[in-house]
Parts: sequence; structure tokens; C-alpha cells
Amino acid sequence: MKGLFIISGLGVLAMLAEIFKFKKLLYPLVLIGILAAYVTNFMEWNSNFSIPMFSNMIRFDNVALAFSGVILVTAFFWFILANDYFEDDHVTDHFALVLFALVGALMLTSFSNMTTLFLGIEILSIPMYVLAASRKRDLASNEAGFKYLIMGSFASGFLLFGIALIYGATGSFDLMAIRSFISHANGDLPAFFYAGVLMILFAMLFKVSAAPFHFWAPDVYEGSPTVITALMSTIVKTAAFAAFMHLFLVVFGGVSETWSMVLAIVIALSLVVSNITAATQQSVKRMLAYSSISHAAFMLMAILANNRGWASINAILYYSLAYSIGSIAAFTVLYNVSKAKNSSNIEAFNGLGKRHPFLAVCMVIAMLSLAGIPITAGFFAKYFVFSVLIGTSFKWLIMVAILTSAVGVYYYFKVIIAMYFKQEESHEDVTMETSHMLLLVLTSLFTIALGVVPNYVIEIFSN
Amino acid sequence: MLVGLLIIVPLIASLLVFFTKGNTSRTVALGLSVVEFILSLVVLFQYKHNPDSANLALNCPWVESLGIHFAVSIDALSMLMVLLTTFLIPLIILSSFNTSYEKPNSFYGLILLMQMALVGVFTANDGFVFYVFWELALIPIYFICLLWGGENRGRITFKFFVYTLFGSLFMLVGLIYLYNHTGFDTGIKSWAVTDLYEAGKSLNLNQQSFVFWSIFLAFGIKMPIFPLHTWQPDTYVNAPTQGTMLLSGIMLKMGTFGLIKWLLPITPLALAEWGGVAVGLSVFGIFYASCIAIVQKDYKRLIAYSSIAHVGLIATGILSCNQQGIQGAVMQMLAHGVNVVGLFLIADILMRHTGTREMNKLGGIRSMNGNFSVLFLIIMLGSVALPLTNGFVGEFLLINGVYQYGPWIAAFAGLTVILGAVYMLRSYQAIMLGERKDSAVAFGSLASTDKWVLYIICFAIVAFGVYPKPLNDLAEEGTKAILTYIK
Repeated sequence: MKGLFIISGLGVLAMLAEIFKFKKLLYPLVLIGILAAYVTNFMEWNSNFSIPMFSNMIRFDNVALAFSGVILVTAFFWFILANDYFEDDHVTDHFALVLFALVGALMLTSFSNMTTLFLGIEILSIPMYVLAASRKRDLASNEAGFKYLIMGSFASGFLLFGIALIYGATGSFDLMAIRSFISHANGDLPAFFYAGVLMILFAMLFKVSAAPFHFWAPDVYEGSPTVITALMSTIVKTAAFAAFMHLFLVVFGGVSETWSMVLAIVIALSLVVSNITAATQQSVKRMLAYSSISHAAFMLMAILANNRGWASINAILYYSLAYSIGSIAAFTVLYNVSKAKNSSNIEAFNGLGKRHPFLAVCMVIAMLSLAGIPITAGFFAKYFVFSVLIGTSFKWLIMVAILTSAVGVYYYFKVIIAMYFKQEESHEDVTMETSHMLLLVLTSLFTIALGVVPNYVIEIFSN
Repeated sequence: MLVGLLIIVPLIASLLVFFTKGNTSRTVALGLSVVEFILSLVVLFQYKHNPDSANLALNCPWVESLGIHFAVSIDALSMLMVLLTTFLIPLIILSSFNTSYEKPNSFYGLILLMQMALVGVFTANDGFVFYVFWELALIPIYFICLLWGGENRGRITFKFFVYTLFGSLFMLVGLIYLYNHTGFDTGIKSWAVTDLYEAGKSLNLNQQSFVFWSIFLAFGIKMPIFPLHTWQPDTYVNAPTQGTMLLSGIMLKMGTFGLIKWLLPITPLALAEWGGVAVGLSVFGIFYASCIAIVQKDYKRLIAYSSIAHVGLIATGILSCNQQGIQGAVMQMLAHGVNVVGLFLIADILMRHTGTREMNKLGGIRSMNGNFSVLFLIIMLGSVALPLTNGFVGEFLLINGVYQYGPWIAAFAGLTVILGAVYMLRSYQAIMLGERKDSAVAFGSLASTDKWVLYIICFAIVAFGVYPKPLNDLAEEGTKAILTYIK
């Protein structure tokens, strides 16, 4: 709870920094603020458990705190990655936008009312639209922002309509009230209620960019500045999944027969489309965009296993942490390489293993983790998802996931092969800041540590 | 505790080697791998002395809530496999002394890392730990083949990696499926191997068939069995010699070992139903690979195909699921491991001394170097399983076991002996005997390290051919232990 206040306060502070001229101080202030938010978040663990606040609008229970923790850790790493981004013009605007997006992300982990859900999504999305277009002289960046805005508003419309229909059926915005309404109705619900559930499902699927609602994602990811792409594929995704999970595991769990088959088809489609398309990409940035769709499908698989209770929540939590950390590492390397070589194509990585062994090893660890090879975090993430899904009637999805994972290995390893096997054509040196090196050391250690001792995360919630 | 050391020593060794430079890397790597071999002899001594000693088992919780324990232990079967690994790794390292590799520290570090994973696979007593080590063994060999391999290595090692990863993911699903069926009576799920055995037996035929095929796929690819073998010849030929030795000498045994310990006792019903199909594939693979081996021109490629033929016979013996069959398979696994390392070293020596492995360009080397021709002959005879060589015991037991399973299958499988003799003797004839070709003129004498490796291998071939009892006793004990789980 206090974390939310601290981040909001930082956002306001960032806007004031321009007027009161302490722009230089802002970056360390934000880092300290995020750490403080993380610490308070940590201290609230198990304390005001299940106490709703603001007339039951927000509830920071342990699940919300855990996902907030993941978001704050990722945000901390992200700010280290993005230090360049806050050096040119519009510094304070950028800070404020990112911080307010973070506020929206934290709200999405903790909402307990449909209105807070909508507010959270909008608070998160609107800054993201602006940030996507923040390289204002770049055509691709403008296109990204514009596309994101149009498609995002469309999805928000769906979400609102879905919420309205559910309000019409149940007479409440409150999640617990809706949940108890479903369980008391014994299947006797009006047809438009189900329509509402499906509309919310589609809106959420859009936000996590699952196929066939993914068409915006590759263009937006590629057009946006690299650091903003990193932000979108980590924090935004984690927050959207926290919300998705809350809605469909907790609230609509009672009517899972309505949405589970739809979700299963969406997952299968996402796995196939994203992996096959990613394999044909020349741009690593675009490849990571498609790979993020495939990871979204994996996390959705854990939501699909909605009869597995805490195990699913643990699996999603672990997956989002493993994926966020792996992504941040991959984007850090990509950012530095593409800055030096002026291209984010796979050829830019040629010969990196010889000239910059440190960067290459960190990239290898990130790729192995994203591909799901032991003993990295990514392996356990996939393992936990498989192990919750195998107890359901959707075993066939595991087969699809395995087949497409083998394709996944192809494109992750293409990067490794380029780094160690191909000769480089140009000789621009990749220069790196110490802070980025430190970040890579941290993420690599984190990835391996999570793979060796997964207990600390995976045993957070138990029956 | 000792068994924990067996896994940790190579890991520490590999980290140490990563920090060395130049020629010291290989010396340090050799020294540390010898230490590991001595350690495994200590373990053997301990095992002979007191098989139930607490030193030989390690079991500590890893992810408690999911029933995952880091459980490793030594029994007769894993003892043999560990000995094979620790015996071959120093030889493999020694055999590399005449080739200078770029970045030797990474090269030897990866070999030792691989050793850690292999020992882990062979000693694992927990399904999850087994899987993790199984996958872990893939990473070092991938990089060894990718960084130090021949032409086209990018494409070929990639094919190898995807193939094996694909198989292992199916195995993971099979194992998770079993895991979900553990603990019916207690309600506590567990990955322990005995619990997985129990869970497997409680399944009905359809469920067992699912588990059987998903796990068999992983082992079948690793060995490899026809028609899953297409990655193998290219990978063997393109990998650096030491990588090929690791792949064929030890890694191949992961598949056959897995078949014995991680498949037979789990799915008895499915084995009865589908064993015939698997045997059919293995036997056909023997015939198919032998025929292709006969027409090969490249000697290294010939050994690669001969390896498919041998492993086909081993798999047939294991799937016949009787005492002689499995025991013979274990013996043959040991013999094949040693012999194939010798053969690949010979291919490497030929390449280094004459610049070619094409058999029609070679000939008459015997007259240039008689010593080499004797050593080559012994290894070659070991691999065609002449009596009094190490290959004989295993092959005899294997054919015997397969005969009990089906006389016709045994007759067909027996072809490997004849066809094996055909291509092995013919290749020896082409390379060593006959007219002296230009390439043989400058053959010269062998480097001392090569000589030593060949001496040790020949000694092992003859010694365990004449007196196989110590190994055979262990193999018998291991087989009996597995058969009690099956029955």
C-alpha cells in the first residue's frame, strides 16, 4: 500500500523537478524511492492481510504484494538500464510518465473492484502510448505510439462494455460480490453475463498481446525506443498478468467452462504463430517481441489450470519474475549492441563472443533462460507451468508447447550462434557503462540463483 | 558424502580450469580428471566393502514443497557407469594433447563440466535431478561442437541440439505425469525413483503407453535408434575428436542407462504391449546402419554408423528384459565406450598424420608403423567382439538374452556380428594393409601421448576380455536389482 503512495509521490515530484530545478537529483531520488517502495512492500507482508481500503476499492493481500514486489524489482533494474533515456530533453516528463505507469501497474496487482481495474489499466496504458511515441522525430516511433493508442483504446472499450454487462447481471462492481453472485446463481446466469466475461477476456488478451490479438505488438515493440520496449515486455506484462489472474482465477473461476476452451485455443494459436514468426525475424528486437507473445501463452497456460489453486498463482509469479529478469538482461545487451552498431539485426551480434566475451556470456545466460534450459530460471518457470497443467484436461496443450518450444530454441540459439560462430563485418566497439555491466552481472546471477534455489519464490503461497 | 564429492570435484575442476591459460589448462584438466578417477576407485572400494554405507548416498531437500530432493546414490549399475565416465575422461583429455585448440581453458573446462553432468545422470535417484543433469549434459557438448567443430558446425550442432532437446522435453512431460500419480496412499507427491516406479505400475495400459513413448523418445534420440538417428552421423563427423569421444563413449550410454533404470521398471504393461515395436526398430537399425557402414568412405563416418549398429543391439538386449539381455547390454556399454574412444582416436591419428580419413586414399600404413598397426588391430578386434577381448562377453550375453526373447530376432540381431566383421576388417585392410599409398609415406611414429592412450585402451580391452569377472559381477548384481523391480 505504502509502495503505491511512494511511487505516486515520486511521479508528482518528477513533474515538479522542472519548475524547482532539481532535474539532476531526480535519477538517484527515483532509484532510492523504488527501493524504499520495495522495502515497505516487503514489510507489509502478512500484516494488513485482506484489509480492503477506500471502500473496498483496493486490497493489498499477499498475492498483490508478491506481484508488486516483482514489478518493483523489475522497475529498479529497468531504471538502471534506462539511464541514457533520461538524459536528453523532456527528462522530467519521461520520469513522470514511467512512474505513473508504475502506479497503474501496482493498481493492477491490487484492485478489488472493476472500476479500479479500469483505472489501473488506463493509468498504465496512457503513459505507455506517449512513451512509445517519445522519439518524436522518428517515424517508426510515432507509428508505434499511434497504433498502440488506437488498438489500446479499442480494447479498453471492450473492457468497459464487458464490465457494464457484468454490472447489469450482478448489480455490483465489487469483485467479491460478483464472485459470490456466481457461486450462488448455480449456473442460472443471464446470457449477457457470459458475453461480458468473454469481452473482458478479449480485452485482457489484447493487453497481454496473445494471438490473434497480437498484431499491434511487433510493430509497437519495434518502433518504440528499446528501453520502452523493455518496459512494455516486462512491467506492463507482469501487471497485466496479475490482473488477468485475479479476474479469471478468483472472480470468474466459477464459470471457467465458458472461457477455458476459448483461452486454450488462444494459447495454442499464440504458441504456434509467435514461435514460427519469431523464427523468421531478422531483427532481434522484433524476435523478442514475438517471443514475448509465446511467453504470454505460457503464463496463460497456468491461468488455464484454474483448478490448481495456489500452485497456478505460484507458477505465474515465478514465470513473470524469471521472464522479466531474462528480458531485462537480453534488452540490456541488445540496447548496447544496437547503439554501437546502429542496427538491431541479428548480424549486429556477429563475433560478439570474441570481442566482448562478457556481454556474450550474459546474453547466452539470458537466451538459455528464455529458451528454458536448466539450471536457469526459465527452465523452472516452464516446469511449473507444465506441472500445473498436466493435472487438467488440457494435456494436448503441453504437446503444442513442447513442439513450439523446440522452434523457440531455434531463434534463441540463432543469437548464440551469431555471437560465437559468425565473423563480424564491422568493427565498431561496443562501449558499455559500468552501471550496465553491474546490471548484467546482477541479472545473470539472479537468473542462475532462481534456477538453483527456486524454493524461495515457488513456496511463497501454499495450501 | 563420497558420491557428493564425485559430482562436486569435476565442477570445481572445471571452474579452476576456466581460470588457467594456454598449455597449463590441459595439464590441470588432466590432473584433476585423474583425481576424479582415483576418487571413483575409492568409491568402488567402499562399495565393495559395504554397499549400504551412508557415504554412497546423498539426499537433501531441494524444493521441499514439490517433493524434489537432491538425491544421488551409488548402486552396482551406476558404479559401472561412473567408472566408465571417470576412466574415459582422462583418456579423452590426454588424447587432445597433440591438437592445439583455441581457448583451451574453455575447451577443457567444458569437458569437465560435462563430466559433472554425466556423473549426475548416472547417480541420480530422483526423477527431477535426473532430468536436470540430463539437460545440463547437453549444454557443454553443444558448445564443444559449436566452437571447435569442423565445417558446417553451426547447422549440424543445431540440429543435434534441437533433436535432443525435443526428446528431453517429452521425457519431462512423461516424468511429470508419473510424478502426478505418486503418493496415492500417502497424499505426498515425490520424485524419488522408487515412488516413480510405484506410480508407473499403478497406471493402466493406455497411461503407461503414453509414459513409455514419451520417455522412450528421449532415450531413443540420445542413443540413437532408427529412425531417430539422423542427427548422429553428421554430428559425430563434424565435432572435434574429443567431442565425438564424449558423445559416443559416454553420452550415448545416458540413453541406454536411462532405458534400464528409468523406463523398464516404470512401464511393464506398456513394455509388453509396445516392446516388440521398439525391438523391431532397434533390430532394423542394426541392419540398416551396418549396411550403410559398409559403403562408407570416410573412416570417422564408418565408426559413427557402426556405433548406431552397436547401440541397436544394446537396446534390443535391454528391451528383451531378461537377465542375460540386460547384463549383456551393460557389459557391452562398457566395452563399446572404451573401444569407440580408441577407434575415434585412431581416426584422429590418421587425419593428423596423413591429412585424410578417406579409406581409398589410405593404405599400407602397417609397413610404415608396425606398432600402430598392432594397437589398431587389438581395438578393432575388440569392437568386432572376438573372444578374449572385452567386446565378447557382452555380445555373447546379448545374443543369448535376445534369443530367449525371440530366436528369429536373435538371428537377425546376430547379423551385427557378421556385418560388423565385414566393415571393420575391410576398413582395417584398406587402411593398414595393401599397397602403400602416397599418404602413408610420411606417417612417422606416434606421439607419446597418443601411444599411451592406445596402450591403456588396449590393455583394458585385453584385460577385461580375459578376466571380465569383476565387471560382470557388478553388472549381474545391477541387473538383478532392476529385475526385482520389474517382476
